Formats: sequence, structure tokens, C-alpha cells
Amino acid sequence: MFYREAGDFNTSYPEDSQTFPIKFDRWRYYAVLFVAIFVIPFLINDYWVNSIFLPFLIYSIAAIGLNILVGYCGQVSLGTGGFMAVGAYACYKLMTSFPDLSMVVHVLLAGGITAGVGVLFGLPSLRIKGFYLAVATLAAQFFLVWLFNRVPWFYNYSASGQISAPERTFLGVNITGSNTDAWATYLFCLFFVILSAYIARNLTRGSVGRKWMAIRDMDIAAEIIGVNPLRAKLTAFAVSSFFVGISGALFFSVYLGAVEVGEAFGITKSFLVLFMIIIGGLGSIFGSFAGAAFLVLLPVALKIIGVDWLGWPTDIVAHLQLVVVGALIIIFLIAEPHGLAQLWRVAKEKLRLWPFPH
Amino acid sequence: MPEQLAFTIEVFLNGLMAGVLYALVALGFVLIYKASGIFNYAQGVMALFAALTLVGIMEGQVPFAHLINAILGTDVHHFGWHVPAFLAIGLTMVVMIVLAYLVQRFVFRYLVGQEPIILFMATIGLAYFMEGVGDLMWGSEIKTLDVGLPQGINIAIDETTYGWFGYGFFIDNLDIVAAIIAILLVTGLVLFAQYTKQGRAMRAVADDHQAALSVGVSLNFIWILVWSLAGFVALVAGIMWGAKSGVQFSLSLIALKALPVLMLGGFTSIPGAIVGGLIIGVGEKLFEFLIGAPFLGGATENWFAYMLALIFLVFRPQGLFGEKIIERV
Repeated sequence: MFYREAGDFNTSYPEDSQTFPIKFDRWRYYAVLFVAIFVIPFLINDYWVNSIFLPFLIYSIAAIGLNILVGYCGQVSLGTGGFMAVGAYACYKLMTSFPDLSMVVHVLLAGGITAGVGVLFGLPSLRIKGFYLAVATLAAQFFLVWLFNRVPWFYNYSASGQISAPERTFLGVNITGSNTDAWATYLFCLFFVILSAYIARNLTRGSVGRKWMAIRDMDIAAEIIGVNPLRAKLTAFAVSSFFVGISGALFFSVYLGAVEVGEAFGITKSFLVLFMIIIGGLGSIFGSFAGAAFLVLLPVALKIIGVDWLGWPTDIVAHLQLVVVGALIIIFLIAEPHGLAQLWRVAKEKLRLWPFPH
Repeated sequence: MPEQLAFTIEVFLNGLMAGVLYALVALGFVLIYKASGIFNYAQGVMALFAALTLVGIMEGQVPFAHLINAILGTDVHHFGWHVPAFLAIGLTMVVMIVLAYLVQRFVFRYLVGQEPIILFMATIGLAYFMEGVGDLMWGSEIKTLDVGLPQGINIAIDETTYGWFGYGFFIDNLDIVAAIIAILLVTGLVLFAQYTKQGRAMRAVADDHQAALSVGVSLNFIWILVWSLAGFVALVAGIMWGAKSGVQFSLSLIALKALPVLMLGGFTSIPGAIVGGLIIGVGEKLFEFLIGAPFLGGATENWFAYMLALIFLVFRPQGLFGEKIIERV
């Protein structure tokens, strides 16, 4: 009823292999883009942007990045926080060293630098597998955070050890610093989200993505049929870190404005992003968005229910949040290992047949 | 320069003591991993939970007091009694066994046969869950734990070494006690695994689930047993670390200290956990003392163990004593 593909004919291969081959999906996608670009910026204020939209958009990029590594290539990483820190500090150094360059260039370069670091820490993945690798990526997490904490060059010898984003504009509009408009920061992040999702979606359904998935499903078999594991794993680390780096750069420069590395990019951040992709769905771009939205909205919702409605103290709600998140992770792993994305797929299947199931 | 040498030896000894404590935590991991193939990230949180419960029982706290007060508007916090330490330890052990049962019954029974990495992520979820429950039950403020273990500088060692080097070593009594207990615990566990019926069944399960089932070993029972043992190790580790630095959230981070120990020693080996713990304990203290603090700005202990393990694994992926990883298609 709501979801029809009857009468939807593709008459050429490009049409058949496009990202959304079903017309309904395609129009929904355009509608979402339209609302995101042309409607939401006029409706939001600072509260909405800072508590929901910016974290959602930025974590979506990080989740897409991690999903490429974990969900598509099967290399579990617990170093996301560390790589986000690389993005943030690279962005900071670039912003302060080359004030005249555009912010877009800074953010993209920060992603590129993170990709390099990611490849470096991805090298052991050729020898170490499974959770040995997961634990090994913790080395990246701790080492990078320590590095940015202890080497003054990275934070430009500032007395507090923090980095804070100087004021930068894009097309004449303030993007970073203290005098920003809600819609400007939102649109700036949205641009990167759309870019990342577009690149990631097309990479994962192309030959590169197929190689990643072959490595994930069985690396020895993949090697035998001619997938070069060195290249596949390292490209996954590079692409993944690139996105994570972008999200780190945005997280620091646009969202927070000032960052203390241990606090903002600690190991809890790594787990948060990992939880996003478990709950959202491993190996799904839509799942990255769904998971990010879920874990950004959950604390807000719990706070509204617990603190504002029931009047409980905030620390109880904070503890309750741990319980809920932990329980959700376990429930999802038991009941639906493919996460919200799978629920969405099932819902679509149901809707196709809806008033008249077989 | 004898003074520098004396310092180095002191750092070495302190590293050895810290290593014993790492090994203690790592042991809990090895036990569960060997018997069920689950890499239990929640081990550190179990130590925290055990220590919190122990303090709570000793002080006679009302469980979930904050929550009850928030919901019912009452003001309960203590029962008003104090439980002696040995009884409280026994009660805490009961709680840990119940916990082991619940974990097995409600989580891992449904995850049998899943990939190891899924199980690993489930234990991360479990860690969050238990941390939240522990905080809700007993409150999250820093508590002191005193079960009557000796603390403070060991005078005998101080004086003896002063006679030898002209410089007294500072070695904490608590560390010595911890080392002795750890050695006893390891011996006990090895004996248990080798010479008792349950221990043999445990090893059978570790070797082959199917074969163990077919000769009449109950998987459920063995897994509950193993989780209880891990809870026991967590309790001991919790007491040691809790007495050392107070019962607080950072206690759960000892799991992160134990991970490189495991990678270095091999996930499947009890001696590996001990040797790995000692190497990392000594290594990170010596590195911090000789290189980290003077040249790198200090606080290298956070990552040294991981880097060491990472580099080591590149050359020997199964760790020092781990079983050789054989991959079949």
C-alpha cells in the first residue's frame, strides 16, 4: 500500500544499478534531502542544533567511518576516539598555521592526515586478527591521547593544554568561534555528512567494498580468490579513518569549539561510536545514521523523562542511562545482530505486502 | 652510580608488585576465555562491582537507596549495622555467584555459537550495564575499603636495604600481601583445574564443547562455575585494588591494564597471564622511570603496555604462551 514497486521499470543498466532503484525510495531520499537542506535550517535554534542536530550529524560521520572498518571489512577497532583526536588536532594546527585557507580544505586535510595515521595503526591488522586486533587498536587510543596531552606543539603551547577553535568563516558566514548562527553550523556539517554518506555508499557497493566484505566474511578464502588482503585492509583503515578524522575535526571546531583531549576523545568515545554501529546495524550506511540518532536522542529523552518529568536527581538518570545502553547492546546482539537497519528492512518488506500479506 | 642503581632496583620491585596485580585481573580473563571462548571485557567492572558490594554490605548500606528515595520520596540509606569483613566477603561471593548465574541465564545462553567478536561486544554491553547497576545500588561516590589488610611502608625491607645501599626501598605492605595472595590463588586455581572433577570437566569444555556434552558434562553448570570463579578472582582483585586506591570508577579500568598483559602472555595460558603481568608491570615502571619521565614528559604508563604488546604481537600473534593459531578454511 505505502510501498510499491509494481510498475517501476528500469530500462537501462545504470538505472538498475543506481543506489535507490525503487522509485518510492528515491523520492523519499530526495524528500529527506530537501527537508534537511531547505526546511530544517529555518526552523532550528541554538538549543536544537547544539543538543541534537550537530552531535547527530557529526557522530553519523564517525559511525559511517567505523562501520566501513567494522561492519564492512570486519576489523574491530576501539581506537575511534584517538582517531577523532587526530582529526581535531590536525584541523587545529591547520587552522592556526594557514588562516587564509578555506575551512572545507582544513577539514578535508584533517581527514587525510587521520587516514595516514589510520593506515599506520592498521598495519598490525595484517598479522593480528579478531579481538587481538581490537585490543591492539586500544594502543592507538591511549598513545594518541597521551601524545596530544603531552607534546605542547600540538596545542600551540597554550597554558591550559586545551585547543580552542579560532573564528573562521565560510562564504562570509561564521562557522567556528563564538559568534555562529545555528543554521550556518548545521548546514556546514550537513554538507560533510552528505558528502561522506555519498562516498561511503558508493565505495561499499563498488569493487573496493566487495573486497572489504570478502575479507570480512573469510579472509583466507578472499585471499585465495585474488583479493589482496594488504590493500583491502589498509584501504579500509584509510577510508574509515578519513571519515572519523573529518568527524573529529568538526566535533572540535564547529561543535565544541574548545577541547581537552582526554575528556573529549577518551575511550568512552570509542565505545559510544561502536555502540552506535552495533545498535544501528553493522554493514549498513543507513544503520550508521539510525544508530547515531538513537544514541544521541537516548540521553536527551532519558533526561527529559527522568529529570524533568519525574524529578529524579541527574546522577541517578546518568547511571540509569548506563544500564539502558548496556542492556540495549545485549538485547540487540541477541535479538537482532543486524540492528535497526535490519528492523527497517523488515518493516519495508512488511509494508510492500501490507494490507494483503500472503 | 649506586644510587641510580638502587632507584632502578626499587622501581623494578614495585613494578613486579604492580605486575602481580595485573596478573590477578588477567587471570579472570584467562579463566573465562579458556572455558567458554568469551573474552570478558566486563572483568574489570566485575572487580568494581564486587568491591562496591563488599563495601556496601560491610557498611550496611541499603541497596538502590538513591533510586528508592527518588521514587518513593523516602530517606533511607543505611540499615545501621556493620558486618564483619569475613562474613561480608562470603556474602559478596554469594552475590557474585548469583550474578554469574544471571549472566549465563539471560545473556550468554542466547549467544552460544556466535562469533567471538560478537561475544566480546556483548561483554562490553555487560560492562556498561553492571557499572550502571553497581552505581545505582551502592552510589557512585569514592569509598574506602578496609578489610584489615596491612598497609604502609614495609619497615623490614626499608631497613635491610638501607643497610645494603644506604637507601631504604619504599615497598608497600599491601603489595606484598597482594603478591602472596595472587600466588596462592594461582596455585589454587591450577590445582583445581588439574585435580578435581569439576576442573577436569572445565578443561573438557574448553577443549571441545560437543565432545564434553556427549560425555555428560553440563555446559550450563560449567559456565556458571567459570563465571563464578571469575567473580571470585574479581572479588580478590577488587579487594586489593580497592584497599590500595579506594573503591571508585577507575577500578573498572584495571581491565584495560590487563588486556595487554593477556595479549603478551597469550589468552589461553595461566602461566602466560602471570609472566605477561610481571613483564608489563616491570616494563612500564622501568620505562617510565628511565625514559618516560626524563625524556617524554611522563605518564607513559597509559600506553606503554599496549605499544609493547602491539609490537610483540606483530612478531608472535599468539602471545608468549598462547596456543598456536592455526587457520583452516
